[in-house]
Amino acid sequence: MSRDLQYTDNGKLRHFLTIEDLRKETLEQILSTADKFTQFGQREIKKLPLLRGHTVVNLFFENSSRTRTTFEIAAKRLSADVINLNPDTSSTSKGETLLDTVDILEAMHTDLFIIRHAKSGVAELIAQHVPDHVHIINAGDGQHAHPTQAMLDMFTIRQYKGSFHELRVTIVGDILHSRVARSQIHALNSLGVHEIRVVAPNSLLPAQIERLGVHTYTDLLQGLDGVDVIIMLRLQKERMHNAYIPSEQEYFNLYGLTTDSLAAAADDAIIMHPGPINRGLEISSEVADGPRSVILPQVTNGIAVRMAVMAMTLGGASDV
Amino acid sequence: MSEQMNIHIYGGRIIDPANNVDSVEDLYISQGKIIARGKMPDGFTADESIDAENQIVCPGLVDLSVRMREPGLEYKATLKSECAAAAAGGITTCCCPPDTIPIIDSPAMANMLTHRAAEIGSTQILPIGALTTGLQGETLSDMHALHEAGCVAFCNAESPITNTMVMRRAMEYASSFDLLVILQANDPWLSDGGCMHEGEISTRLGLAGIPEAAETAIIARDLALIEQTGVRAHFARVSSARSVDLIVQARERGLSISADVAIHHLHLTDYDVGKFNTFCRVMPPLRSERDKDRLREAIVSGHIQAICSDHQPHEKDAKLAAFSDAEPGISGLETLLPLGLKLVDEGVLDLDTLIASLSSGPASLLNIEAGTLGTGCRADICVFDPDVEWLLDNTKLLSKGHNTPFKNWPLKGRVTSTLHAGKIVFSQA
Repeated sequence: MSRDLQYTDNGKLRHFLTIEDLRKETLEQILSTADKFTQFGQREIKKLPLLRGHTVVNLFFENSSRTRTTFEIAAKRLSADVINLNPDTSSTSKGETLLDTVDILEAMHTDLFIIRHAKSGVAELIAQHVPDHVHIINAGDGQHAHPTQAMLDMFTIRQYKGSFHELRVTIVGDILHSRVARSQIHALNSLGVHEIRVVAPNSLLPAQIERLGVHTYTDLLQGLDGVDVIIMLRLQKERMHNAYIPSEQEYFNLYGLTTDSLAAAADDAIIMHPGPINRGLEISSEVADGPRSVILPQVTNGIAVRMAVMAMTLGGASDV
Repeated sequence: MSEQMNIHIYGGRIIDPANNVDSVEDLYISQGKIIARGKMPDGFTADESIDAENQIVCPGLVDLSVRMREPGLEYKATLKSECAAAAAGGITTCCCPPDTIPIIDSPAMANMLTHRAAEIGSTQILPIGALTTGLQGETLSDMHALHEAGCVAFCNAESPITNTMVMRRAMEYASSFDLLVILQANDPWLSDGGCMHEGEISTRLGLAGIPEAAETAIIARDLALIEQTGVRAHFARVSSARSVDLIVQARERGLSISADVAIHHLHLTDYDVGKFNTFCRVMPPLRSERDKDRLREAIVSGHIQAICSDHQPHEKDAKLAAFSDAEPGISGLETLLPLGLKLVDEGVLDLDTLIASLSSGPASLLNIEAGTLGTGCRADICVFDPDVEWLLDNTKLLSKGHNTPFKNWPLKGRVTSTLHAGKIVFSQA
């Protein structure tokens, strides 16, 4: 069902909702298209006319300045007209439903919606609802998926490590609540990494996560042993209130990435984080700002990857 | 008066588990009652004859959980629409949980429902009284008065009683008058925020899961209280294999408890949620294949005595939402029997066991006169063609709720006539 939803009848990418069910070639095409856009980003005049005349609406039901900004920049570099809406503070509070909001914007001839919502499945819900010529990109839905984040992470990994096949990758932190981790796991498996590990106390590991193709660890040093890529996840500070963890102090002692714990990984291991960082909670400043950190390049790569996904869904990628 | 009509049902295979009957015979109905089986009584002349050749004649079905939505939620469904749907489904007794608006915690509410149903006349409604006032879990309802007003059992619907002492007192009080207590086990903390079975699929979809312990922990607690109080108790909508194990063990220890399962739990699992299919959002949630298999076995072994529709009709918008925001429930009256027959077709159950679990099983645990074709009993009868094949078109349901995950399912077997109190309340055109 989702496979049909994400592709058109002739196999083109229609919507970009979740990495799960996408073909490996699609992921590879996103990476190669983003490569081309990266080169444009280094030019003095950064605009391409690919999406000229198209209207892109950033429909963010959940706030995020970082993701919204990179989508906005990406759309503008492709010459699209971009509207930013944060309906939490406008129409939805007046009893208008989610789909009413989409209908109204669609009636204004929106071509592409970038959707972020706090509830899992909303991007799928909207994709099922809109007519064929309207495209949806999921910019994060609940704890389900954040596929453009995962693809910019793949792009960054490939940039530093070349290929995926030999890599051991460890994701550390609040896997239970992380849409980023879920999308990363699907992408890493699809692109064929050697091993994926997730590290967290059992209270932050979702049920049967192994079935997604990962090994689970509750011990950080064992989980980091010899790995090439370390992805740290943000821990929401309110997690101790629902008894997921005892205290920030204990969490940092056991799962925080420091110079000491980093020593367990391969010497050339890179450190990633989808941001925003909680310094001193999941990662020490020393490591976050250190030479192995690729956290800022991740952000830069986010623009090219989002340009690639937009261009592919709106159908102009072949003209690049 | 149609109630006074003499009706002759001829040529059908009568399956009447309550009386150990399975034979091709005729039935004779007069004055709203079954007056004879087999040979025509002297002086009987039929005003109406029903040709049941190659069909099955069984007791009108008894459904342990039907949300009529009236009073309180008439935009979802009405007594009139749902009574018609029940008749079309061969269901002649509908037990109505107390979470109507207002709640069934007063004799007036119980009376109102039974009288309205009698006015409509196509199915019997038996109210289930609130176990605690306002379903608040704090003070006991006037159980004795509610019983006298027609409540056949008592439950707290989907509002868990978290205070163990209140639960104990409720059981003690109910046991004083041999009243049946229905328990829908759910630990509100373990299920808090959850919207589907906790497992691989909830993890893939990023949906908060409801662990099976939300059910088993409370069943274990309630079993301890049942054992101590000696109350007659029934576990409703059991969903997991481990719950079945707990119930089987308790029954083997000699506890007089019964249990039911919703028909959708015998056909669907968490895999059917697929990509956020809100029609599969139900409470308790659809669980794993192993759970489904164990529930099926428990019907066969007799440890679960009843299958119900857990009918919950909704308006379209209730399901057109993010999965966690969608309202739980399936419109199930008209698919109860066909989905049961599918189990027979798949070789899971024999026809006799199925019919028992849809009629005499629930009737006997409620201790009511229904679910039987015995001579002298009220003529509540379901006639169905077991061989007709059809596709479910949810827009054709008589229920106002078209919310069903079984849309476009190939089904086999369909009700052709339903009689309630000797009156033909449904016949397939």
